[in-house]
Amino acid sequence: MLRIDAIDAGYGPTRVLHGLSLEVRAGEVLCVMGRNGAGKSTLMKAIMGLVPAQAGSLTLDGVRTTGLPAHAVARLGIGYVPQGRRLFGELSVHENLEIGLMARRRGQRVRDHVLSLFPRLRERLGQTARTLSGGEQQMLAIARALCLEPKVLLMDEPTEGLQPSMITLIRETVRDLRATGVAILLVEQRVDTVLQVADRVAFILAGRLAEIADARGLDAGAPQFRQYVGV
Amino acid sequence: MLLALMEGLVSAAVLALTAVGLSLTFGVMRVVNVAHGEFFMLGAVLAWFVTQAFPGAPALGFALALVVCPLCVAAIAVLADLLVLKRLAYEPAPTIVATIGLLYVLQQAALSLFGPDARPVAPPFDFRVQLPWFGYSGYKLCVILAALALLGLVWALLSRTRIGLVMRATRIDREMARAFAINVDLVYAGVFGLGAGLAAVAAVLIVPIRQAHYLMGADPLLLSFIVVIIGGLGSLRGTLAAALLIGLMDGLLSTALFLPPTVARIAATLLVALVLVFRPQGLLGKAAA
Repeated sequence: MLRIDAIDAGYGPTRVLHGLSLEVRAGEVLCVMGRNGAGKSTLMKAIMGLVPAQAGSLTLDGVRTTGLPAHAVARLGIGYVPQGRRLFGELSVHENLEIGLMARRRGQRVRDHVLSLFPRLRERLGQTARTLSGGEQQMLAIARALCLEPKVLLMDEPTEGLQPSMITLIRETVRDLRATGVAILLVEQRVDTVLQVADRVAFILAGRLAEIADARGLDAGAPQFRQYVGV
Repeated sequence: MLLALMEGLVSAAVLALTAVGLSLTFGVMRVVNVAHGEFFMLGAVLAWFVTQAFPGAPALGFALALVVCPLCVAAIAVLADLLVLKRLAYEPAPTIVATIGLLYVLQQAALSLFGPDARPVAPPFDFRVQLPWFGYSGYKLCVILAALALLGLVWALLSRTRIGLVMRATRIDREMARAFAINVDLVYAGVFGLGAGLAAVAAVLIVPIRQAHYLMGADPLLLSFIVVIIGGLGSLRGTLAAALLIGLMDGLLSTALFLPPTVARIAATLLVALVLVFRPQGLLGKAAA
């Protein structure tokens, strides 16, 4: 589905990712873990085309996306839930969803489906996004990305700063999406969430892939978590 | 006093159209367009050329100018965006310098093609409306109504259409806009063209009253900046309120009190200074977080 081959990426002259390679398959949740500054968010942005890839290649279903502008990458079917949600805060919930729907010209059917996943958003359609609670904002960030009907969903720390009930909801949503065949690349720092939703876990150290492990072979005390994440 | 009010409303209407263009450019693109006044000047100068082509039918020439001139100016602005601003990645400081350069290029081009003389454009129609105490130019009343209609269209475009939604999303977070398949470069080119087109249409409306001249861009530029700063950068409502304030003040000082136009400029500049000291975000702008 999404293939990352020996990618180098960074900001200006600073290189953050060094020859990183990964592959996310359809219906799989690949969690990415690493310390702060390891390059997790940069990896997400590089996939989206928001940070230019200086070397290597990215392909989605065999179509090379390296060098494409970000808006063209999104149109190919990559949904993005960024760190810190980054909603269009002055726009209403309805308008935020509309932006997602317009991205791949999706209509009422997709909108209704997304709202069925997050019924609370249906009650808040006219409300300005920045006035939502933290949990509702995260729901909207995910819903907005799902409006693209993505083949691949990139989620950057979606449980950060949320209360336990909301974390549970997000875990369930990730599992439900996986069941529909969406490939999910999830940056996550919570070990319990990773163990519950991941199929495989990629550990990144200083912009390089340090290890990739089958999630079934990991438990909360696995040495990788201490070694690469510091928990 | 009523005459001063009417004259002020004409100034306010034209100023509002011009300043909304500047405000849009800054609000969406974060580009301070120093060449905005020259787009106004180009609108007026092109209107003279178009109306000259129909000497016997001023209404036809003017109607054509009202459509053709804003489109031509918008096309020039889009070209400037693609050739200059885009290459500078819309960085604030370089784009200010670049638009200063654009100002001189447009001004000197107008001087070369149009000449140094001020040239009149005949109004499309000439009738007077009898108000309780005096008769007033029907054309000037039409300028107010046309500006209000155009401002209403801009408001509807921004708040009621998908194009407006895309523009607002781009203004809020251009990186996220890109991540949601919005072609930000296209939006920027469109907004720059729209801003310039609004300045041009304002100029076409006012040129039968004020004449076309290659140096006429300085005043609308200064007043537009004053309006945008007082109203609040990027705030459409603030821009309209400030245009009304400055326009009426101009009408009152120049027409009712017979003071030279410089006094109105000094008063407006003082108002800007007061706003910058006591409410830097402008009357209706939002304070930075």
